[in-house]
Amino acid sequence: MASLELLGLRKSFGDTHVLHGIDLALADGEMLVIVGASGCGKSTLLRLVAGLETPTAGTILLDGADISARDPAQRDMAMVFQNYALYPHMSVFENMAYGLRIRGMPRDDIRRSVEEAAALLGLQPMLARKPRQLSGGQRQRVAMGRAIVRNPKLFLFDEPLSNLDAKLRVQMRAEIRRLQRRLGVTSLYVTHDQVEAMTLGDRLLVLHQGRPAQLATPIEVFERPADTYVATFIGAPAMNLLPATLVHGGTAAQLAAGPTVPFADGRRAGPEGHALTIGIRPEHLAIGPGGIALEVDLIEPLGSETLIHGHLPGAPADTLVVKLTGHAPSGERLPVTVPPEHMHVFDAASGRRLEPIGAENPPVRVAAVQSAD
Amino acid sequence: MRNRPDYLAHGALALGVVLFALPVWLVLAGSTQDSNAIARGDLSLLPGSSGLSVYWRVLTRGTMGTEPVWHMLLISLGMALAIAVGKIVISVLSAYAVVFFRFPLRQAAFWLIFITLMLPVEVRIIPTYTVMADFGLINRFNGLWIPLIASATATLLFRQVFVAIPDELVEAARMDGAGPLRFLRDIVLPVSAANIAALFVILFVYGWNQYLWPLLVATNPNLDTIVIGIVKMIGVETQTDWAAVMATAVLALLPPVIVVVLMQRWFVAGLVEGEK
Repeated sequence: MASLELLGLRKSFGDTHVLHGIDLALADGEMLVIVGASGCGKSTLLRLVAGLETPTAGTILLDGADISARDPAQRDMAMVFQNYALYPHMSVFENMAYGLRIRGMPRDDIRRSVEEAAALLGLQPMLARKPRQLSGGQRQRVAMGRAIVRNPKLFLFDEPLSNLDAKLRVQMRAEIRRLQRRLGVTSLYVTHDQVEAMTLGDRLLVLHQGRPAQLATPIEVFERPADTYVATFIGAPAMNLLPATLVHGGTAAQLAAGPTVPFADGRRAGPEGHALTIGIRPEHLAIGPGGIALEVDLIEPLGSETLIHGHLPGAPADTLVVKLTGHAPSGERLPVTVPPEHMHVFDAASGRRLEPIGAENPPVRVAAVQSAD
Repeated sequence: MRNRPDYLAHGALALGVVLFALPVWLVLAGSTQDSNAIARGDLSLLPGSSGLSVYWRVLTRGTMGTEPVWHMLLISLGMALAIAVGKIVISVLSAYAVVFFRFPLRQAAFWLIFITLMLPVEVRIIPTYTVMADFGLINRFNGLWIPLIASATATLLFRQVFVAIPDELVEAARMDGAGPLRFLRDIVLPVSAANIAALFVILFVYGWNQYLWPLLVATNPNLDTIVIGIVKMIGVETQTDWAAVMATAVLALLPPVIVVVLMQRWFVAGLVEGEK
C-alpha cells in the first residue's frame, strides 16, 4: 500500500507526443481506472509508472520518494499483463515464485506465500501444471497470483480482461474488485472498456489524446461529464449531442431542430445566441405529446429495452438514439421531448461543460500542465 | 476411406529403404569377410567367416599407416563436441545481444555477421590458416575446432527464435527483477531448448564430418580424425585392407547415429509442444 503521485508527466516517441502532461495523486488503497479509446496514451502512462519506459519530462513519486529514474525491479510494483505473460516452461508454482526467488527469499517463505496466494485465487489444484494446460481465465488468475505474491506497493493492470470472453470478463471483474478491496493495495487499472471502468474504479481518469479529460468518481463522470468527449465515451448507447443556441438571457437553449428547452438548474453565462451543444442520454429522452417529431430509421428490440435510431427533421445525418424500457410504440414518426432536468450543456466550440453561474461543485477537471507543446 | 493397404506407396517406400540400407549393410557384411577376397571383387551380401574380429584389431592397432582407431575416434569426438558446443555458445550470445540490447552499430554488427554467409570456404581457408599459424595453433588439437566455432547460420537461427519471444514476457521478467544474464539463463534458454537440441545434432554431425580443415591444419598423425583415418587406410589399391576400412567406416558411423537417436526425443517433443 502506498500513495502515488504523478507530476507533469510527459512522453514523446521522437516526434510523436503521446502524453501531454499528466498530474495525478492516488490515495493509499485506491483503485484508479485510466480509461480512454485506443491510442489515447493510457498504456504508455502505465508503462511509465512501471518503469518500462522513461518519461520525457515529469516526476513519479511513490510514498513521497522519487522513483522516476529507478529500474522496474526497484520500484516495488507488480504488473498484470493483457496477454498474461506467463513463463511457458515453468509450472504455475514456479511462475508465481520466480520474482521471490530472484529476491533471495528463503524457500519455505516462498512456498508459504505462493500457497497463500493460490488459496486466495483458487489455484491450489493447478500449482504443478504448465500454462499451456490452463484456460484463459485460469492463466489470468496465475498472472494475478504472481503479482499478489510479491506484496508490492502498487498493482498495475494493463487491460487484463481484454482477452477473455464476455461471461468470464464479468466474473473476473468482480474477482479483481474483491481481491483489491481485500488486499487494500493501491492500484492503477487501464482499460478501454467503460463498463469495467465504471464498476472497478474508485475514481476514473478519462484520457483523450494524451490529455486528461476528467478525473472524478464514476458516478460524477456519468452524471456530470466535463466535456463532450467524456459525455459520449461513458454510457452506452452514447449520449446524444444536439446543436443549440443560448437564448432568453441565458436561461434556455433553443435547439437547432426547433423547440426551446429551459434550464432546470440555473442561468448560464454567455452572450445571446452563443453556440451550445446540448447532451441528452438515450434513456432520458421521453416519448410524449408536444415533442419534436423524430423520424425513425431503425428499431432495435433488446428484450428488456428497445433502441430507436432516428433523426430530427432537417438533419438526416445526425442520428438520435432513444432507449425505452419495454416495447417500442410503432410508427414512422415519434414525438420526442427533452426533459430539462437531464439536459447537459456544453460549449459548442470547446466542448467543455457549462455549469450554471455560481454552481457549487463544478465538475473536477484536472488542469493539464499549460505550456507550449 | 481406404481399407486395403496402399501397395504402391508401401512398395515405393520399401524400395527407398533398400536403396539407403543396402550400402550400409554391404559395408557391415564386408567388414566380416576376407580383405583379399574383397579386393578381387568377391563382396558378398552375407556376413563372412572372419566375424567381428576385425573390429577389435582395427580399434586397438589400426592398419598400416594409421593410428589405432580408438584414438582417432576420440579425436573426432572431441572435435565434434567442441565445435557443436562452441558454435551454440557463441551464436546464442551474439543473437541475444543483437535482439535484446540497444547499442550503437547494432544493425551494422548484425549485417556484418549476415554477410559472412556469402564467403565460401575456399575464400576463407588460406587467411584462416595464416591466422592460426600466427596463433601457433597449427598441428595442435585446439587448432582443429577454434576457427570453426563462429557461425552466422546458427546466429541467424537463434535471432529468429529470440525475436519470436513476446515482448510481454521480457517485461514480466523485468518487473520480477531478472537482470540480462538471469533472463538468458532462466527464460530464453529453456524456451529455446528444442532449437538448441536440434542444432546440436546438426552441428555435431557437421563437426564429425569435417575433412578439409583438419587435413590442412594437422600433419601430426596423432591428431588424425576418423574421417582422415579412413582415407589414409585406402592407400595403394593392392595393399588396402578392405575389411579393416569397412569396419572403420562402420565405427565412424556409430557416434553421429547415437547422437541423433538420443537427441531426437528432445527436439521432436519441443517442436510439437504448441503455443507459448
